[in-house]
Amino acid sequence: MIYELRDLHLSLPDMSRKPLLGAAPRIEILKGVSFDIPKGAVLGIVGGSGSGKSTLGRAMVRLLEPTSGHILFDGTDITHLSEDALRGMRRRFQMIFQDPMSSLNPRRRVGGIIAGPMRLHGMDGLRARVDEALDMVGLPRSFAKRYPHELSGGQRQRIGIARAIALRPDFILADEIVSGLDVSSQAQVLNLLQDLVADLGLTLAFISHDLSVIRRLCDRVLVLHHGQVVEQGPTADLFAAPQAAYTRELLDAIPLPDPDQVWR
Amino acid sequence: MRDARGDVRRPIGLRLWLSGGWLALLTVAALCAPWLAPKDPLMQDLFLGRMPPFWMEGAEPGYLLGTDSLGRDVLSRILYGARLALIVALVAGTLTCVIGATLGLMAGYYRGWTDRVISRFVDIWMAFPPVLFAILLIAVLGPGLVSIIIAIVIIDWTRFARVIRAEAMSQGAMDYVASAQVAGRTRFGTMLTEILPNVLPTIIALLTLEMGIAVIVEAILSFVNLSISTDSPTWGGMIAEGRTSVHQAWWVLVFPLITLFLTVLSFSQLGEGLKDRFDPVLR
Repeated sequence: MIYELRDLHLSLPDMSRKPLLGAAPRIEILKGVSFDIPKGAVLGIVGGSGSGKSTLGRAMVRLLEPTSGHILFDGTDITHLSEDALRGMRRRFQMIFQDPMSSLNPRRRVGGIIAGPMRLHGMDGLRARVDEALDMVGLPRSFAKRYPHELSGGQRQRIGIARAIALRPDFILADEIVSGLDVSSQAQVLNLLQDLVADLGLTLAFISHDLSVIRRLCDRVLVLHHGQVVEQGPTADLFAAPQAAYTRELLDAIPLPDPDQVWR
Repeated sequence: MRDARGDVRRPIGLRLWLSGGWLALLTVAALCAPWLAPKDPLMQDLFLGRMPPFWMEGAEPGYLLGTDSLGRDVLSRILYGARLALIVALVAGTLTCVIGATLGLMAGYYRGWTDRVISRFVDIWMAFPPVLFAILLIAVLGPGLVSIIIAIVIIDWTRFARVIRAEAMSQGAMDYVASAQVAGRTRFGTMLTEILPNVLPTIIALLTLEMGIAVIVEAILSFVNLSISTDSPTWGGMIAEGRTSVHQAWWVLVFPLITLFLTVLSFSQLGEGLKDRFDPVLR
């Protein structure tokens, strides 16, 4: 197992309701989430807005610290590890962000953006690795000299993917990575991700609110609602026979090309 | 996949040329004052008091911009005054910038108690009336170049701290900062390599603005005779002197005033121009 999550709870202080004196009340966002991600799996995490899916993702890569429960990454408990202790393992779990504009430092050239994390982890032959990463995401090598604002949304998101895969991680979290893109770039980025998963044997968690995207890419799905897992299972089963009422709601929300046709 | 977005280059604007040109001219004048100045700026000649500038009737040859009531050459005094003005602008401006920007960056990026301590300090600091505070400081420190610089730094670092804090805060919320954390960069490293380059255009704009303010503060202090010794040529001192005789000899007041005005304007315009120019992000 790459990831094992057990009864994960996470709450954040609600600063808007903080009294003048004393601690702010806490909002519980994850209420006991448990699941496993086996090596090589592509897991879709789906849920409406406010369901806690992004929070879950950020806890998995330890941008947030869970309140209780356990996250085991490849057998190591990373739930409460300090930033210093995590640093050595950080190369092994990477993240691709939702907004490809704000996730790329506007003052760095693409080459520097991709090479930066590799340099931190003491990898060598950076120039060749940057070229290789750009090749893998289907961008010309000359892009290494460009600034992010000179690229289109789809191209920027490919840079985000290149930055993550260049580190050769064991696991990648993709947080709503196509939701900011137009439909044709969405399709291109999804195709790319599908190819990379097959070629590199990536383990991937793909967060989305869009079940049609999940259906295309993932072999397992986890449905999150109000911070709890309401259903999980193989993608085909879930689409064929949704168990939870909320899953059926999500399925019904998918716009179909032909309204009379049903999924299957 | 090649498009023209990378080829956009903006021409150097007129304001960058004009402001940069004036400041370059002033720098040359300050550096070469001993060779450029037609007269000794301290030399008095009571027989040649209040001589008008060269195009007016009764002008004395050799005194291009006229003389003041003690017969000192206005042009030479302006040239020597530029030395003091530029030293104060550079040294006080840079020190203010380094101290204020560092504190602002830390407050905005680290948040938490670091921010609380620094921000409360800034709030308290800003409650002092600045000019009064400066006069008080000079009174305690004693007049002199170093005192002026210290006074400006002590009063004005809050300007940087405030603006840079807000800027660092908004940059800190960006995903590229989270991305640096995911990549395993340290907090401090992230601040220096990710946040700082993004607030640098603001810092530069503020720095040039601050240099203009430093020139003004120096002029204010010498206007009230709290700058360096009354004898040395300073623009503020000249303005104060010219004010008393404005009806008989307007040139003693007007020329240093124009120089001061153009200098401060050039500093602020230079900042704006540089910010536009060196921002690779088309905002």
